[in-house]
Amino acid sequence: MALLEVEALTKSFGGVTAIADLGFEVPEGLVYSVIGPNGAGKTTLFNMLSGIYRPDEGSIRFMDQGVVVGRQPHQVAALGISRTFQNLQMFFNMSVLDNVMVGCHLRTRTGLFSAALRLPRIKREEMLSRQWAQEALAICNLDKFIGQEAGSLPYGVLKRLEIARALAVQPRLLLMDEPAAGLNDTETLEMRKLIRRICDSGITVLLVEHNMGLVMQVSDRVLVLDYGSRLAEGTPVEIQNDRRVIEAYLGGEVRYAL
Amino acid sequence: MKRLTGLLLLAVILLILPFLFPDNYYVTVVGVTALLHAVLAVSLNLLMGYAGQISLGHAAFFGIGAYTSAILTTRYGWDPWAAIMAGLALTGLVSFLVSRPILRLKGHYLAMATLGLGIIINIILVQGEQLTGGPDGLGGIPTLSLFGWAIDTDLRWYWAMGATMLGVVWLALNIIDSRSGRALRALHGSEVAAEMMGINTTAAKTGVFVLAALIASLAGALFCHQQSFISPDSFSFFFSIELVTMVVLGGMASTYGAVFGALILTFLPELLVVFEDFEVMIFGAILMLMMIFLPQGLFVGLQSFALRWLSRRRAAALHTAGD
Repeated sequence: MALLEVEALTKSFGGVTAIADLGFEVPEGLVYSVIGPNGAGKTTLFNMLSGIYRPDEGSIRFMDQGVVVGRQPHQVAALGISRTFQNLQMFFNMSVLDNVMVGCHLRTRTGLFSAALRLPRIKREEMLSRQWAQEALAICNLDKFIGQEAGSLPYGVLKRLEIARALAVQPRLLLMDEPAAGLNDTETLEMRKLIRRICDSGITVLLVEHNMGLVMQVSDRVLVLDYGSRLAEGTPVEIQNDRRVIEAYLGGEVRYAL
Repeated sequence: MKRLTGLLLLAVILLILPFLFPDNYYVTVVGVTALLHAVLAVSLNLLMGYAGQISLGHAAFFGIGAYTSAILTTRYGWDPWAAIMAGLALTGLVSFLVSRPILRLKGHYLAMATLGLGIIINIILVQGEQLTGGPDGLGGIPTLSLFGWAIDTDLRWYWAMGATMLGVVWLALNIIDSRSGRALRALHGSEVAAEMMGINTTAAKTGVFVLAALIASLAGALFCHQQSFISPDSFSFFFSIELVTMVVLGGMASTYGAVFGALILTFLPELLVVFEDFEVMIFGAILMLMMIFLPQGLFVGLQSFALRWLSRRRAAALHTAGD
């Protein structure tokens, strides 16, 4: 049974079609990558999967019962979908630990009232959240930055911090939007290991990435988008040998630089 | 409890001041106003400093609290405490109803909408003469009594307002240091990321807006019973701006900063009276200089300055020991 099923998804912005009649299934427990040239609709797809955009047509089913379309992003998060962003969306006004503790929001319950009066359950919940956040930071090798302000950290660390924050949500599906963009080779290698580690811990990863080396090494399956629709789908080896993919990326006329 | 050291320090200072300076105008008269302003600034800071939602109409809720209590006690003979509760209920209702449409807006648009709200409430206070007394104001408001103990002297008001201020600071510190507080700071940092972490940002904004309004309303009720006379001037657009200035001056997203800003902005004009005609000019110049040299706010700026100085001293001490 597929974890995520996308059917006949369509989205256009003022006459420009970003995603056209797209369908695919993400099986549970895999690293599933979506590739395609700039403007192929990858980020638009992510924004629909996370409830930020509403598709014009089509359906998104998560874990059989959860219908994503029509839900607010926070409701989608409650279904078990978390994500990172292409351009960092950190809480720069908060510490590293607090950033990740925000990720524990759905795993805790207390409200404004009990917080204001500092009822005993707040203390317990704070302790739990701190512990969960530390675990998520440890997975991403960020332990040593724990007391620092998010605003003072270098880019590569922030990329991992976003992942730690998303992991603290304990999602079933993690959407990663270009986690290796702007990273150097060492950092990219570390990112590859991290993605693998996340997948091995039982979280299905849906990855959008431009670094083809990383995609081919880390993915179990790859979906190729071109002008918002499906060009090919298969294992990395199949994709690398697919004539249409080679043509689209390198063939006849080179339309885009990879 | 390291978390509440600052609060304890504040309590001790408030406790000893009247004994150090008995019957001092600056402690029991200006001081009470400063404490009232601190309550308002701390509440506005929850909304503006932490959640990042600017409000140029905070005086409106201050006014609703004050006028509800004043009208119910003077015209209908209500018990002051019941009147205060009614004021809180009305403020809660009004702030909840306006919060949904208003908090959809961001940045300048939110500023304009809250500004509009403040002006509308002020116009109602001026125009509703039968009820509010119009521009002439409303007098003869009874004072409060607590367990048979009438709050009827300046010093007693100082204790009452001081306790309220400490209570509100305690609430604010508790909130910021919790799941709900992190949600507020998170939506300030990035609304889309906060949503993706499962935070219902609309509900969180509404919650903090209503809470800030309720605290302002309570402050208004205390103000009217303390003053025994109120007029719409105290709840005008200019007072809303003054509250924003207190928050910014002390340092956004710092509860103690808001208290500090309120104290400075209340005492400074009093002390500058000696300059007579130049008072306003010097006041403005001081504010400008503060913002130029400590743009992150007076309290926050001085705090980081002190921390840097301490760590440098420690480093120097280590260096000498090494030699």
